[in-house]
Amino acid sequence: MQIFIDLANWLRAWILGMGISTTATELILTAVWTLVVILFVLINLIVLVWIERKSSAFMQQRRGPNRLGPAGFLQFPVDIVKVLGKEDITPAAADKFIYKIASTCAFVTAIVAIAVIPFGPGMVLENLNIGIFYFIAIGSTATLSLLMAGIASNNKYSFIGGMRTVAQMISYEIPMVFSLLGVVMLAGSLNLTDIVASQKNMWFIVPQCIAFIIYFISTVAETNRGPFDLAEGEQELVAGYFVEYGGIRWAIFMIAEYGNLVAVCAIATIMFLGGWNAPFGLTFLPPFLWFMLKVYCMIFLFMWVKWTYPRIRIDHLMHFGWKFLIPVSLANIVVTGIGIYVYRMITG
Amino acid sequence: MFWIVAIFTLGSALLMVMNKNIFHSALYMVLTFIGVAGVYVMLNADFMAAVQILVYAGAIAIFLVFGIMLTQRGNMKQTNLFSAHVAVAGLVSLAMIVINGFMVLNTNWPVSTAEPPSNTVSLIADLMLTKYVVPFEVAAILLLVALLGAVIIAKEVKKTS
Repeated sequence: MQIFIDLANWLRAWILGMGISTTATELILTAVWTLVVILFVLINLIVLVWIERKSSAFMQQRRGPNRLGPAGFLQFPVDIVKVLGKEDITPAAADKFIYKIASTCAFVTAIVAIAVIPFGPGMVLENLNIGIFYFIAIGSTATLSLLMAGIASNNKYSFIGGMRTVAQMISYEIPMVFSLLGVVMLAGSLNLTDIVASQKNMWFIVPQCIAFIIYFISTVAETNRGPFDLAEGEQELVAGYFVEYGGIRWAIFMIAEYGNLVAVCAIATIMFLGGWNAPFGLTFLPPFLWFMLKVYCMIFLFMWVKWTYPRIRIDHLMHFGWKFLIPVSLANIVVTGIGIYVYRMITG
Repeated sequence: MFWIVAIFTLGSALLMVMNKNIFHSALYMVLTFIGVAGVYVMLNADFMAAVQILVYAGAIAIFLVFGIMLTQRGNMKQTNLFSAHVAVAGLVSLAMIVINGFMVLNTNWPVSTAEPPSNTVSLIADLMLTKYVVPFEVAAILLLVALLGAVIIAKEVKKTS
């Protein structure tokens, strides 16, 4: 997808042509690209919410949204306008400042994580050397904003929701990181572009299929989606950590949730599904479209699991994470290490 | 740029100490950690910055806030009160500042004009697996044992219950 890079170069030349210094031009371009990423997340949100509602309706033999636009596609944009017009309510007992910034913090961590994701060759906001490590580091701080929301609302249910979120997220972060470690060992790099480049011949899902399954399960838990959405278990906690939130602040939480979903699916695509590399040499689609196609397949997998499995209990969740996923992911690293050694001995 | 980061870091550190609500203090501490990560980024140590965010702003801060949540009190405004021993504390901090300042001013800091390396991760890995391999392995085994210990404890609970 050369068009984006051409567009960037054209924009750069245009701004430089107006007699602005090189540093200022780079600053403006970074700002523009950040805006593009935010817009990308928001537009994605509309599509994802529509897919989610339609696919869940299909799985439950309902119709789903069907009034506005083709197949109810305009339902969510209209909902956004409705949410924008709502009154901004802050509970009297809440810790006001923290309550107000918590949703924004969640949104910021979701957006910042997307900065290192390469959507195609050269189409990356920041080509960091430590890309995947940066992603993990940002992901670890995402927990904090949910906790801020839970504790600042000063409400029993959001409090329990916040506690559950933290317990769940810090437990499942360990197997997630360990499962990514196998891929890093095979690729020999932390740079996401290099990792994609090293999958030209074989996707890492083939040698690392166990790691892929572990990654999938633990990211379902990390993004607080069903069947691991105990943090917002509707039946017992109403909505979990954002029970007190309404209007646009609630909407920002939803945006952050879907932003995280896109980010973890993009990382799964990059680490396991060969990124923008076309499968079987089918290069008639541009790399960017291949990438998005794989991301959407992953997202659909997430939705499929969410709407077909019942929610599991909190103690089962913790037991499963600690007693099964962590030992298996550790074993996967050991086997990968031995495998790489044997492979080197064979090939010399 | 350095001054912005420095003022941000020190300001949030000061607010962390001054704040009467311990939850706010913990959050200001996260800001302080992020400021320190900013200093690392300015020194071209991007790996260190990521480690700083992952370990301090991510893990340690969450454990702290978790501890605060478990011991929450009705009135959060009186959870981080000032100590009564102002005079002693002032004396000790003054002594520390003087000693540290003296040492900083009297150390012969090596100044290098070389370009900072762009890829720090592989350099750190080389050093860790050659010169510092023993401490690195000891730390790795310690962490692995701690992790396995956690798994064993979790398994133990299941048997008795």
